Amino acid sequence: MAALGYNLQLVNLLAALLLLIAFAMLSQRRIVGLITLFAWQGAALSLSTAIVGWSTGQPHLYWSAGLTLALKVIAMPWFFYRLVRKLDVDRDVEPMINIPTTMLIGIALVIFAFNLALPISQMSGTVTRSTLGIAMATVLLAFLMMITRSKAIPQVIGFLSMENGLFFAATSATYGMPMVVELGVALDVLVGVFVLGIFFFQIRETFDSLDLKHMEKLKER
Amino acid sequence: MSAGILLQVAQTLLAILVAPLLLGWTNQCRAWLQGRSAPPLLQPYFTLRKLFHKDAVIAHSASPLFRFAPYMMFACMALAAGIVPMVVNDLPFSPAADAIALVGVFALARVFLALAAMDIGTSFGTLGARREMMVSFLAEPALLMVFFTASLISQSTQLPHIVETLAHQDFAIYPSLAFAAVAFWMVSVAENARIPVDNPTTHLELTMIHEAMILEYSARHLALIEWAVALKLFTYSALGLALFLPWGIAPAGDYAALPLAVLALTVKMAGGGALLAFLEAISAKMRIFRVPEFLGTAFLLAVLGMLIHFLLEF
Amino acid sequence: MEIYWVLGIPLTGGIFLALWGNRGNAPEINAGFSFLTLVAAAILTARIVAGGPMVVGGEGYFFIDSFNVFLVALTAFVAFTTSLFSRPYMRIEKEHGRLTDKRLRLYHASYQVFIAAMLLALTTNNMGILWVSMEAATLATVLLVSLYRTPASLEAAWKYFILCGVGIAQALFGTILLYFAAEKVLGAGGSALLWTHLNAVKTQLEPTVLQLAFVFLLVGYGTKVGLAPLHNWLPDAHAEGPTPVSAVLSGLLLNVALYAVMRSKVLVDGALGNDMAGSLMMGFGLLSVVVAAFLIKRQTDVKRMFAYSSIEHMGLVTFAFGMGGPVASFAGLLHMTMHSLTKSAIFFAVGHATQHAGTQLMDGIRGLIRTNPTIGWGLMLGTIAILGVPPFGVFASEFLIITTAMHEHPWATPLLLTALGVAFASIFGKVQPMVFGETEATRLPHQPALAPVFMHLGLVLMLGLFIPPYLAAWYRQAAQLLGG
Repeated sequence: MAALGYNLQLVNLLAALLLLIAFAMLSQRRIVGLITLFAWQGAALSLSTAIVGWSTGQPHLYWSAGLTLALKVIAMPWFFYRLVRKLDVDRDVEPMINIPTTMLIGIALVIFAFNLALPISQMSGTVTRSTLGIAMATVLLAFLMMITRSKAIPQVIGFLSMENGLFFAATSATYGMPMVVELGVALDVLVGVFVLGIFFFQIRETFDSLDLKHMEKLKER
Repeated sequence: MSAGILLQVAQTLLAILVAPLLLGWTNQCRAWLQGRSAPPLLQPYFTLRKLFHKDAVIAHSASPLFRFAPYMMFACMALAAGIVPMVVNDLPFSPAADAIALVGVFALARVFLALAAMDIGTSFGTLGARREMMVSFLAEPALLMVFFTASLISQSTQLPHIVETLAHQDFAIYPSLAFAAVAFWMVSVAENARIPVDNPTTHLELTMIHEAMILEYSARHLALIEWAVALKLFTYSALGLALFLPWGIAPAGDYAALPLAVLALTVKMAGGGALLAFLEAISAKMRIFRVPEFLGTAFLLAVLGMLIHFLLEF
Repeated sequence: MEIYWVLGIPLTGGIFLALWGNRGNAPEINAGFSFLTLVAAAILTARIVAGGPMVVGGEGYFFIDSFNVFLVALTAFVAFTTSLFSRPYMRIEKEHGRLTDKRLRLYHASYQVFIAAMLLALTTNNMGILWVSMEAATLATVLLVSLYRTPASLEAAWKYFILCGVGIAQALFGTILLYFAAEKVLGAGGSALLWTHLNAVKTQLEPTVLQLAFVFLLVGYGTKVGLAPLHNWLPDAHAEGPTPVSAVLSGLLLNVALYAVMRSKVLVDGALGNDMAGSLMMGFGLLSVVVAAFLIKRQTDVKRMFAYSSIEHMGLVTFAFGMGGPVASFAGLLHMTMHSLTKSAIFFAVGHATQHAGTQLMDGIRGLIRTNPTIGWGLMLGTIAILGVPPFGVFASEFLIITTAMHEHPWATPLLLTALGVAFASIFGKVQPMVFGETEATRLPHQPALAPVFMHLGLVLMLGLFIPPYLAAWYRQAAQLLGG
């Protein structure tokens, strides 16, 4: 273990932190806390990308890290904070299954993700390949959060957190995607969040709340 | 060999004697943080002396178990204090119990205390006993997972071996140990009946967990129990230090390093006590039904630590 | 060179309409831009048909061969006719008070941006940009689905956004895996995601990784195609938006998503050398056909019913592409075209019918033949066409698919035939009272824009009777590219 450079150990530590934040999001009860955790996740992601860029001599990762920082640590959390204030949402998250059960399912998903990632990481040529399992686990945990929350903002944060995990997977397996693709993805995410903001106002206007239980009418009749 | 036995006795006595000091130091730190004047540092000793001088008052319905339990508890804690490496790594008693058996020793003490609490038949005693059992039911697996993580890294469950491996590795960041450390702190808080799980200074019976179990005790029995509680806190802290901050513990047979080891232990314990006081000052006691969530999180973190070890630190 | 026109015109249109879209003649401007796009697409098509596939732009950012150029042409054409239909339709919606000028501005701007995104998806050479533009197309339409701001439409738009978003995240992971495999052979950097480069080295790509990548890509893009069991968002999104939006979603976006799947399939087939990709597609396709057919019976909303019909037909096309081989691929391509034209025609007719009746429930619409014969006949003919009655083109493609299935995968044929039969009975049974039933409603005061309907149906009829040789050659070429 000590044979690995300190850079790599830091990246491993940040990866572990990323996973911890994903779990913390699952157990978080307050929406504002959720947004803060999302910002921290973005910070860990951006820092780890920068470290990988520095230690492997790939300057384009600096741009990636900067983009992540600007978008996911500063712009989006600020946007969500404003949204929460303006929409005056109820602060509680209201999970659909209780939190200890959610955590247990989360552990099962983590084990599944680690198993799934093993053959791929063995094939990878990057030094950060062992973190691929963590990236996949983050994606699955974010997905779990999306499907066990009935409020709009937690679902969206789950979606964005999934995207964080995917981005981390790209960084750990292949030192990031080509720059043009990353820019495109960032643009998409930005526009998506913007669209969502507009959308939330529409929902709020019609339903007077952001609880998605109001929106379960279109079932098979 | 005789030097070893001497060291063993010395360490156990040291632990027994110094444990109430840790408690006093923690109380003082907390008082400072809360901006009030602190009781004297040796206050726990004064309390113990006062209790030993009193006459024991025992209910008519008490069985011999009631009288026996405090002694059992104290003995278990003393044994635990003798096993955990505090200043020296190679103690003759250490092979008697590895990390997992240590958990069993704590469990033994807890079982006796719970039985004694239910012995008299008052409702508060039973209340305390059931709550204590619920807390430990959830805390023990977490503690075991923490030990497993540490054992996986050092390839053994014997405490001296774990300490030796971790103390002599080149400095490396082990995320799994970081997770295990957080889990260990959470378990330690629960097991030692500290805030945020249980308030040791509360007088409201319905919010008590540990205190409710010892409501019926007085005089020397109460003194032994209080001492055992302080010793438990000391031992848990020493355990945590041995697993996660093992630098300074004198390696086996290296007696010249003993003074440094004692100094290191003092510094670490003082720091630990202050940290405990700080964390208690900023947290509030959580409601009883939140405790399973708290401990579930501890379990989860410990399992995560183990999983991460497999993934990142093969 | 033409490619920049094809992409630039709708993009400019989007920006222009975003700024000035609330004028009275915005619909005409919209139609104008769409027409220009169509002209540019036609020129591009002519170039490809004459000169063969070409790679354009810088390091090869765009790649146009006979497969995607025909889709480009189809997209531009249907976009144009839909913009023609939307002219009077949206005006009437505004008159009825269901839409404001501001929302119409959003509608027109998003419409053009949506077309631009789809055309980008179709012509890009970079698998990553393909993903980006698919997501962009989804985003452009989310706000369109919720344009009426009713609770149902908000729910539909939310489901659309979230479910498609999750789906497309899977596709992103598939793309990452693809890049991962490509990087080993082609080296890191932008060129590793170019389809042309990947196609050249596809046999060298790591099979296990590509297998996993394809599963994610199929699940991801398949969600956008509307394959069961990931189809939940489709009936809602297609039913709750304004009719022109339903028409382009059903007629165009599903095709583009399937295109993305097919490009991936070609790579995976080369890398794996076995039939896994095809079998997966066949499975999903068959499941979609059966599920959709049996769910049609329970529908009471006319647009929802036709949305399920879209699922069914896209399932059929997926099944055909999954079978592979020259005939099945040819049939698949033909069916894609026929479905686009027919489904959009149906939605045009349905749009006017529901607008006049004021409801989308089939029980509320009766006797269209009496209120307005053009709408009535349009709907009837469109329904017959989509149900696969000869001599319309859908019959030809369905016939080819089923005979190929009988030949190569006989176990699937009874399922297909049953499903198609059930769908036929259900849809026909529901549409017939709508068109021929008793009604006391008055005749429509205005002349509906039904030229597009009959234009589409005419094309479908013509292609059912006779496929011009150059068109057939074109399809055959495209089929060959798909590994047929």
